[in-house]
Amino acid sequence: MTVTAPAHVKLTMAQALNRALRDAMAADPTVVTFGEDVGALGGVFRITDGLTAEFGEDRCFDTPLAESGIVGVAVGMAMNGMRPVVEMQFDAFAYPAFEQIVSHVAKMRNRTRGRVALPMVIRIPYAGGIGGVEHHCDSSEAYYAHTPGLHVVAPATPADAYGLLRDAIASPDPVIFLEPKKLYWSKEEVELGAPVPGIGRAVVRREGTDATLIAYGPSVPVALEAAEVAAQEGRSLQVVDLRSIVPFDDETVCAAVRSTGRAVVVAEAAGFASVSSEIVARVTERCFHALAAPIRRVTGLDIPYPPPKLEHFQLPGVDRVLDAVDDLQWEDR
Amino acid sequence: MLVDPQGRGVDAPGYAAPEGAALVRAFAALVTARRLNDQAYALVRQGRLAVYPSSHGQEACQVAAAQVLADGDWLFPTYRDTVAAVGRGVDPVEALSLLKGDWHCGYDPYEHHVAPHATPLATQLPHAVGVAHAARLRGEPTVVLAMCGDGGTSEGDFHEALNFAAVLRAPVVFFVQNNEYAISVPLARQTAAPSLAHKGIGYGVPGERVDGNDAAALLAVLGAAVERARAGEGPQLVEAHTYRMQAHTNADDATRYRRDDEVAAWAERDPITRLEAHLRERALLTDARRAEISEQAERMAAHLRDGLNRDVEPDPAMLFDHVYASPTPQLTEQAALIADELDREGALR
Repeated sequence: MTVTAPAHVKLTMAQALNRALRDAMAADPTVVTFGEDVGALGGVFRITDGLTAEFGEDRCFDTPLAESGIVGVAVGMAMNGMRPVVEMQFDAFAYPAFEQIVSHVAKMRNRTRGRVALPMVIRIPYAGGIGGVEHHCDSSEAYYAHTPGLHVVAPATPADAYGLLRDAIASPDPVIFLEPKKLYWSKEEVELGAPVPGIGRAVVRREGTDATLIAYGPSVPVALEAAEVAAQEGRSLQVVDLRSIVPFDDETVCAAVRSTGRAVVVAEAAGFASVSSEIVARVTERCFHALAAPIRRVTGLDIPYPPPKLEHFQLPGVDRVLDAVDDLQWEDR
Repeated sequence: MLVDPQGRGVDAPGYAAPEGAALVRAFAALVTARRLNDQAYALVRQGRLAVYPSSHGQEACQVAAAQVLADGDWLFPTYRDTVAAVGRGVDPVEALSLLKGDWHCGYDPYEHHVAPHATPLATQLPHAVGVAHAARLRGEPTVVLAMCGDGGTSEGDFHEALNFAAVLRAPVVFFVQNNEYAISVPLARQTAAPSLAHKGIGYGVPGERVDGNDAAALLAVLGAAVERARAGEGPQLVEAHTYRMQAHTNADDATRYRRDDEVAAWAERDPITRLEAHLRERALLTDARRAEISEQAERMAAHLRDGLNRDVEPDPAMLFDHVYASPTPQLTEQAALIADELDREGALR
């Protein structure tokens, strides 16, 4: 990634993503971005705001409303020397592109024995918590994480949104870039150009000694808030932010869990056959003797995403996280 | 039509008949194409290929698709278009690696600008649009010829690709080989449109029909479409009406869904005998040249037999080599597991 002079600015996650796109497009003329409403409107979440004006319609353009076509055209452009970054308008609207993603985006390098690489990014505003009506709130990460050949990334902070998107665009492999919608307006000081850990690395967001909360994307702030409340109640919770679902950072996650001996995975997606199940399985396989209790999960319910008035039942909240922590067999310590 | 089924030249207003040299070149390619189809079919029966979707009867389409493109142009073939890929210069042994089972795509797509064979229907068409659009953004004169069959025109990606190409004015020639059947399903069950070429109308893409067993007409129509696309006139749709003379693959039984007399009627319209009759009538083909062409086809068949009879043990390490640019820690662990299995197998031998 091109390193510009570090500049401290206070940005929302949406602004950080916009800056990442703009900086990547300025640094590399092969970076192009396209999708539905990304031109004059700047995207329904304004992530591409101003890019057409700055770089012209060849670099940032509106497309017909057809997600399979958008991803398929991106495949061809990536085959022919470009670095496309495409926007799926919402999580559930990416499903028409599923065949392109699974059969072509994920497999092209492999089926051609490395001769055809697809350096492309599929940006997907994802997950709930914004009172969205149906088909606007899916946590679809498991579909992508289950598909070999894709990198799957979910930032939880504006700084990571900037750094991970720059890394995703620079990656020689296709990246599914999941943007937690409810965090678009979260704000923090971002040091642009400062290196952040790359794709594939998890970070410990909060140190703690009693138990480890493992979270990614929209669940990270929930885990941090739960740790804050637990601290007031005298329990020290560590928080790991995965940042990258694929590749998965076994090393950081397992080291964290070994240090506390107890863990709770927090994720918004339905729990059955999910990324959270995978985390429990892999950590248990690797850290069994370090565990003082079975790993618990706080996930979405196994139901279609509910309407806005019932959505709070679906979302893992601080209370549910703390209840799960309470269930970690402390009596047997 | 420029050459009728008896080989007689026909006037077609708006289209000049290709030059004699282009027709002789096409004829040589047709003979090689038929030989390739027959040889591959035989190799399936000998167990050297898992399966072969033959373009027997459709060779004029295959040959013309390859011949109308310039060096920098791209071809996007389907699984039935091995002959077209070979026509662009791909080694037939490498082109059949998918069906031999050594690896999915046996050739380097960049070497001859031939995309990997597409097995899912029509999914390669948006890729073709992307390749063309990227070239156009860079100001390169590339044209992309993207192939699909009649069945493929029912897929969503066919429509999305035509629409994107039209809106982007991408230099793509969509070439539909209407061979009457999608495995067993006849065209009447595929579409109620008056023709497949009509499907361009809804997208503002000019559509044209051509006799798919007339190599001269195919060269004229596809050649003109390629040049219009190159001149910046946007995408074109060409439907060639032809016939799949053999079953879908050797695993299919065509007698369950079509009649012998239908097949026999199409045999009368064979693209090779037709062009040969025409070349003989115009004294463009001598016996000596004809013999040379046959020998050339036999050399290709021998090369194919040699290549496919050679047993290559694919290296299991390759399983992990190209999933990502560099393997994830998880893949490194799994590669070690396979290497360990192999070590233990080796120790037992």
